[in-house]
Amino acid sequence: MGTKRNFRVWRGDSSGGALGDYQVEVNDGEVVLDVIHRLQATQAPDLACRWNCKAGKCGSCSMEINGTPRLSCMTRMSTFAEDETVTVTPLRTFPVIRDLVTDVTFNYQKAREMPAFAPPADLAPGEYRMQQIDVERSQEFRKCIECFLCQNTCHVVRDHEENKRAFSGPRLFIRAAELDMHPLDARTDRKEMAQAEQGLGYCNITKCCTEVCPEHIKITDNAIIPMKERVVDRRYDPVVRLGRRIFRRDQLEGGVATEDVGTVHVAGEAPHVPLGISWHAPEARPVIASIQPGERLSATEFTLDRSGAASPFGDDVEFPLPVESLRYQRPSTANPDYPLDH
Amino acid sequence: MTNIERHQYDVVVIGAGGAGLRAAIEARLAGKRTAILSKSLFGKAHTVMAEGGAAAAMGNVNSRDNWMVHFRDTMRGGKFLNNVRMAEVHAKEAPDRVWELETYGALFDRTKDGRISQRNFGGHEYPRLAHVGDRTGLELIRTLQQKIVSLQQEDKREFGDYEARLRVFAECTVTELLTVDGEPGSAGGRRCTGAFGYYRESGDFVVFEAPAIVLATGGVGKSYKVTSNSWEYTGDGHALALRAGATLINMEFLQFHPTGMVWPPSVKGILVTESVRGDGGILTNTTGKRFMFDYVPDVFRKQYADTPEEADRWYTDPDYNRRPPELLPRDEVARAINAEVKAGRGTQAGGVYLDVSSRLPAAEITKRLPSMYHQFKELADVDITKQPMEVGPTCHYVMGGVEVDADTAATLVHGLYAAGEVSGGMHGSNRLGGNSLSDLLVFGKRAGEYAASYVDSVAGARPRVVAADIDAAVETALAPLSRGEGGENPYTLHQELQQVMGDLVGIIRRQSELQDALIRLGELKERVSKVGATGGRRYNPGWHLALDLRNMLVVSECTARAALEREESRGGHTREDFPDMDPRWRQVNLVCALPDGPDGEVGLTRQDVTPMRPELLALFDRSELAKYLTDEELSVRDEAEGAEH
Repeated sequence: MGTKRNFRVWRGDSSGGALGDYQVEVNDGEVVLDVIHRLQATQAPDLACRWNCKAGKCGSCSMEINGTPRLSCMTRMSTFAEDETVTVTPLRTFPVIRDLVTDVTFNYQKAREMPAFAPPADLAPGEYRMQQIDVERSQEFRKCIECFLCQNTCHVVRDHEENKRAFSGPRLFIRAAELDMHPLDARTDRKEMAQAEQGLGYCNITKCCTEVCPEHIKITDNAIIPMKERVVDRRYDPVVRLGRRIFRRDQLEGGVATEDVGTVHVAGEAPHVPLGISWHAPEARPVIASIQPGERLSATEFTLDRSGAASPFGDDVEFPLPVESLRYQRPSTANPDYPLDH
Repeated sequence: MTNIERHQYDVVVIGAGGAGLRAAIEARLAGKRTAILSKSLFGKAHTVMAEGGAAAAMGNVNSRDNWMVHFRDTMRGGKFLNNVRMAEVHAKEAPDRVWELETYGALFDRTKDGRISQRNFGGHEYPRLAHVGDRTGLELIRTLQQKIVSLQQEDKREFGDYEARLRVFAECTVTELLTVDGEPGSAGGRRCTGAFGYYRESGDFVVFEAPAIVLATGGVGKSYKVTSNSWEYTGDGHALALRAGATLINMEFLQFHPTGMVWPPSVKGILVTESVRGDGGILTNTTGKRFMFDYVPDVFRKQYADTPEEADRWYTDPDYNRRPPELLPRDEVARAINAEVKAGRGTQAGGVYLDVSSRLPAAEITKRLPSMYHQFKELADVDITKQPMEVGPTCHYVMGGVEVDADTAATLVHGLYAAGEVSGGMHGSNRLGGNSLSDLLVFGKRAGEYAASYVDSVAGARPRVVAADIDAAVETALAPLSRGEGGENPYTLHQELQQVMGDLVGIIRRQSELQDALIRLGELKERVSKVGATGGRRYNPGWHLALDLRNMLVVSECTARAALEREESRGGHTREDFPDMDPRWRQVNLVCALPDGPDGEVGLTRQDVTPMRPELLALFDRSELAKYLTDEELSVRDEAEGAEH
């Protein structure tokens, strides 16, 4: 009942490798992982591939299938045309160990840097009381099966080894959001920590992570954006902002306000700030008025024509922006127009 | 081999599922340097597959529930062959273990008054399973994983190193336990000195020196063709324990989950959670008949409805109606489906229909059974809100396992402990759904606790690893690679083993088939000793399978031998030639060992089951006990009762 299909599978290790061509039998109702297993059993007994549950629950068999990050146990062969060659490659963001197996240590390291759940001091086990509606928000993020597809697809670290130091990635942003929304977590600084230590500021909301999530967690909409919004709320609160200006005036000598994306994990090293995102052209650098001795900062916030904070994107900008006016360029050390440090 | 990586620990936990992680947490909390060895990545363990929930008599939904009712249900489910003390400890301690998880950050579904919600499940008298939708196992493993990380963070603050006292060795497979003879004059027996294994990633060997080892390696399902288990379930812990000199009990009892997916073939075996039935799903055959009413055994008549009308009322009014027969214990349902298919009323793929689409509104289904909906949609392209599922029995759980002390989880080898699915006794001849997650929490904790105190007891006089043992282990591990192409293909051998076990030692067993199975297993054993693997040592799945085969084979032999010996049908063991339950067999445990050394034949002995204490016996009706106990045992009970009055 099977038909022969063409497969190209990347074989190799950290020293290099190449796509190997295979002709393999495919039966009705099979998934890509079945085909890999058949390859192992018949043609390539040492083809390395991680897998466990084969039911989309453990998140082990992540790979890139025709360039798309996917779980191979959840990719049905019927989604490809009969004559289509299926190309299977390892996750690109992580170092290859062998064939389809990559070293995903990065994710476990970042998880270890994330402060754990802080239990409420005054409640004994068994005394926890929470409403279903309150736990549901965090439960969405606890569906995560740690397949690391979101980490793999995120362009902040995909092909950008240099950003890995300061950026924890979508998997850890939803962990931060989960703890932030946990009704009984005793810590109150999850959002600030995400900004200051996890590199939340690097994310420019392209939603690639949400697209590849096999659990359909709304990573961007439900975790990242709410955290960014509230961080922005505080940062651009007019009174807080004014206070900061007045009290830290001595630190602002030189006249150029620097956008603070926070400190990185490794103490003593300057943060790397990718600039590659800008929501509308042209991009202007924020400049504060130079203040002479005896002069005062103008308190324009109080005279503003709106009650809320000024938009961080500029008050004259309306959303959604017309697509053609969006300016995006990938940050890179090689591009002098968009240096990593500004 | 000169350069073998060595590590010294107090406690080494083999297996990073629920039981292993819970044991490691406990050992670390006791201040012991602890290592966790995991065949997979951290957090990928098979525990994630558990869907229904963790059974614990917290009484949040029905306040009449308590440990005694839970104990009673567990014993009934196990057909009274359970290790009574384990069932008792489990029922008493499960609520504390579940509440503890909340302090680690777990978020269970809630009741209206904000407590942990509990759901109905097959064999449990009251709603008892703490759950998170239908992904409770994932929640459990993630919670324990995150607790381990939080302990590592504490160590980082104290010692400047995350791994100062607790380290996870991911993708590290243990192939041998290292032991020495007990000291002369002491209690005798063997003592643990450490474990030998290899890193999957590099193929390099590693030795862990530790006086205490906790086995938490899970089950044996990969010996079967249709199974819900992952590749890791190769009976490693069972085989390691046997070769180290410990014993296995009641290996004939395997649970076939009644509802595994049977279509499409690629997902054959994957579970459909029992909650589908708990939430109203019904089983029908190809004639459209709701057949479970025909299969209620006499011992369960009192608790189960005999008309669809009464059964349907139970979902909303459980106090005044009896339960639907779809919620009978797993073994009963599996046998019923098997019988329907054999009678020609099954689907083409060899299953029956499980329908929830005609029972609940679509929105309710996607809310209550989100991952089932997801799983069927993605894997099978079936919309369970619109059409029925096709299901059949799949090998799911082994009730038998390493013989342990009920209180301490200690095996017969000093310093060797076992917890979770790899240990035996707790579930008797059949496990109730939801009892495995609570089992691994309760006994995982105990194993970690007693392993830690054992370390204290040998302080200063730790047994040393014998160098020759390491050389032997290296030789065994490298043998398949040195045979290379000239050896037997491990994948072929694995398929043949699965065929033998599935066909001859499956759900329904007969004497002649079991004898045949033992002959074939003998032949396979011969061939497995000549297995070869091509390629190098770096992440080579062919080599890994070749090494696992040795374990699968010895465990399969235990199952087949015990199944041949036990001439009755009980729980997860059904003999066509002995279809009835025999009270005399209830008094017998079957114990497997390797009396002639690690590569010798499996030896089988009988052991008396420890009788139930009178106060526990008093929890049951005499009429119920009469179905399980011999007349002699009953008269002892009657006398005791008479003496009281």
